[in-house]
Amino acid sequence: MKSSIKKILVASTLFAGVLAGCSGGHNSSGGNSGGGDAKGDTIKIGANLELSGEVASYGQSISEGMELAIEEINASGGVDGKKIKVVKVDNKSDNAEAASAATRLTSQENVLAIIGAATSGNTIAQAQIANDTKTILLSPSGTAPNVTENEDGSINEYVFRTSYIDPFQGTVAANFAAKELGVKTAAIYSDSASDYAKGLAAAFKETFQKAGGKIVAEESYVAGDTDFRSTLTRIKSANPEFVFIPGYYEEVGLIVKQARESGVTVPLMGADGWDSPTLVDLAGKDALNNTFITNHYSAQDPDTKIQEFVTKFKEKYKDKSPDAFNALGYDSVYLLVDAIKRAGSLDREAVKDALAETKDISLVTGVVTIDKKHNPIKSATILEYVDGEQKFKAKVDPE
Amino acid sequence: MEWIQQIVNGISLGSIYALIALGYTMVYGIIKLINFAHGDVFMIGSFVGFFAITGWNLGFFPALLLSMTVCAILGVIIERVAYKRLRNSTRIAALITAIGVSLLIEYVVIYFRGAQPEAYPKEILPAKSFELFGAKIDSQSLYILLITIVLMVLLQFIVHRTKIGKAMRAVSHDQDAAQLMGINVDTTISATFAIGSALAGAAGVIFGLYYIKIDPLMGIIPGLKAFIAAVLGGIGIIPGAMVGGFILGIVEVIVSAFGFSSWRDAAAFIILILILIFRPSGIFGKNTREKV
Repeated sequence: MKSSIKKILVASTLFAGVLAGCSGGHNSSGGNSGGGDAKGDTIKIGANLELSGEVASYGQSISEGMELAIEEINASGGVDGKKIKVVKVDNKSDNAEAASAATRLTSQENVLAIIGAATSGNTIAQAQIANDTKTILLSPSGTAPNVTENEDGSINEYVFRTSYIDPFQGTVAANFAAKELGVKTAAIYSDSASDYAKGLAAAFKETFQKAGGKIVAEESYVAGDTDFRSTLTRIKSANPEFVFIPGYYEEVGLIVKQARESGVTVPLMGADGWDSPTLVDLAGKDALNNTFITNHYSAQDPDTKIQEFVTKFKEKYKDKSPDAFNALGYDSVYLLVDAIKRAGSLDREAVKDALAETKDISLVTGVVTIDKKHNPIKSATILEYVDGEQKFKAKVDPE
Repeated sequence: MEWIQQIVNGISLGSIYALIALGYTMVYGIIKLINFAHGDVFMIGSFVGFFAITGWNLGFFPALLLSMTVCAILGVIIERVAYKRLRNSTRIAALITAIGVSLLIEYVVIYFRGAQPEAYPKEILPAKSFELFGAKIDSQSLYILLITIVLMVLLQFIVHRTKIGKAMRAVSHDQDAAQLMGINVDTTISATFAIGSALAGAAGVIFGLYYIKIDPLMGIIPGLKAFIAAVLGGIGIIPGAMVGGFILGIVEVIVSAFGFSSWRDAAAFIILILILIFRPSGIFGKNTREKV
């Protein structure tokens, strides 16, 4: 009886871990929507962000990026003479709070658009409200495919995102492995309980095989595991030239360390789920050498637009180097403003249509074109860990 | 030579299970209580070792000793506060209390430091690896095995060659008769908790060293696995816990080695079910009547 209670506890703990992990991987930030029928000289935009709660760092980062962008736009005269005004609401990293915040923003504040939320789950919670009230919902970092596309294949008409979707990172990693590193065989070691990891693994497999590569081992683990040595020994005996490990940093840190100890010396690669300082603590600097991740952007990218953004960001925020969420928050504002300008009015439907037709707009996180599923087609950045530091490696454009 | 490496992996994992299982089995042997808070004592041991190494810059062995001492004291406190007054009540009452103590320890730790994981510092012990018949063997695995064996030999010595060990064996045979012979039952039970908890503390530090990541709920799964190991070997029997721990570690590794890594936990619980159905007294249970 005791043990059954324990098992429930264990199960719920694992489940909570999975949830936390998922939210870690997908961030989305709120946008500004100028009140569509505002007669005055302001455009009202809502920000529905995780300013507190478990993924507060994502929401705060996005908020910082947004503030910088709005400051710039308003300083240079605003959008067609109208200043942008942001109404910021904290959704406490909670789905129900996110929905009620969206209701407040649409019904009381009457915003043109909402930028938010940082995670896919908190964004999905608002999708229905956005569609019903014809309010644009722009998620800066919600990467799950079902943020914009429902399970039946229909598109959420008013929901958009600034980040690319999960499977794209798998595609990028496979192309990087096959073309840049020139490897012919690869192993996949993924978290069997996470949609994020499964999506990445499937995309990686498909693209890698298409590029002529061979998957020699496919293994999985469960979030919360601590012992990966036996599976890694098995992977080692399959002799892959490359191992793809989509997952979140808590397990990946241990996997990387144990892989090196088990004699797996080949390049390892993951995605934005690795991006945390804790990864370096868990894996150790030496073990992380010869590992790569895909991410939204790198502050070290020599691209002039990125360096301009980094300089401006550091001026405003006391020399803090902007992370991917800062950049996505910043880009979300510009993506929306671009659509408002092209629409030529604050008519909700016109702005929505303009946003859906976005083509080749140059942003910090890449040149963006919005596709039919309301997902941006944009480049991904590949980073390499060198002695515990992320170094800019390459930028990969979508095919 | 993959198999040699897999067996080494299994023995390292099994050593940790065995050390924790010893505490379960000793406590069960003497007061017939499954002390489910034992996995959390293991967790506390891990954190004490962590703070000793990072906060006070102690070396590995001083940290190990400190952790064992703190856990021994904690074990005695748990016994005195929570279990002693229930010694004559139903066994289910004591069992439920053990669940309560377990949750209390976990969430008090979370209250004070949060649930985020901590990473054990590396290079506390020289981490070299060498090739043996083509298998890559990590020197840390050998240290773990060595420390486990030393602790087990020490435990055997205490149980069979010292006065307190004799008292423990006597109390486990017959508490009332032991009392009539002038043995202080309370002290003996406390000593059993102290020794079992110290072993869990040692397992905690070793776990941190080997698996790096520790967190306040880390004791749940290893605690359950160690419980299975204790049942597998025959609960109440000290050599049974050691053998059960090693067997369980190796079985889990073999399951992963055949490519069923997501079935690893299931395999452990299937063993528990099978043992309870076919041989409830465990591998060592039938002929041995001695319980400690």
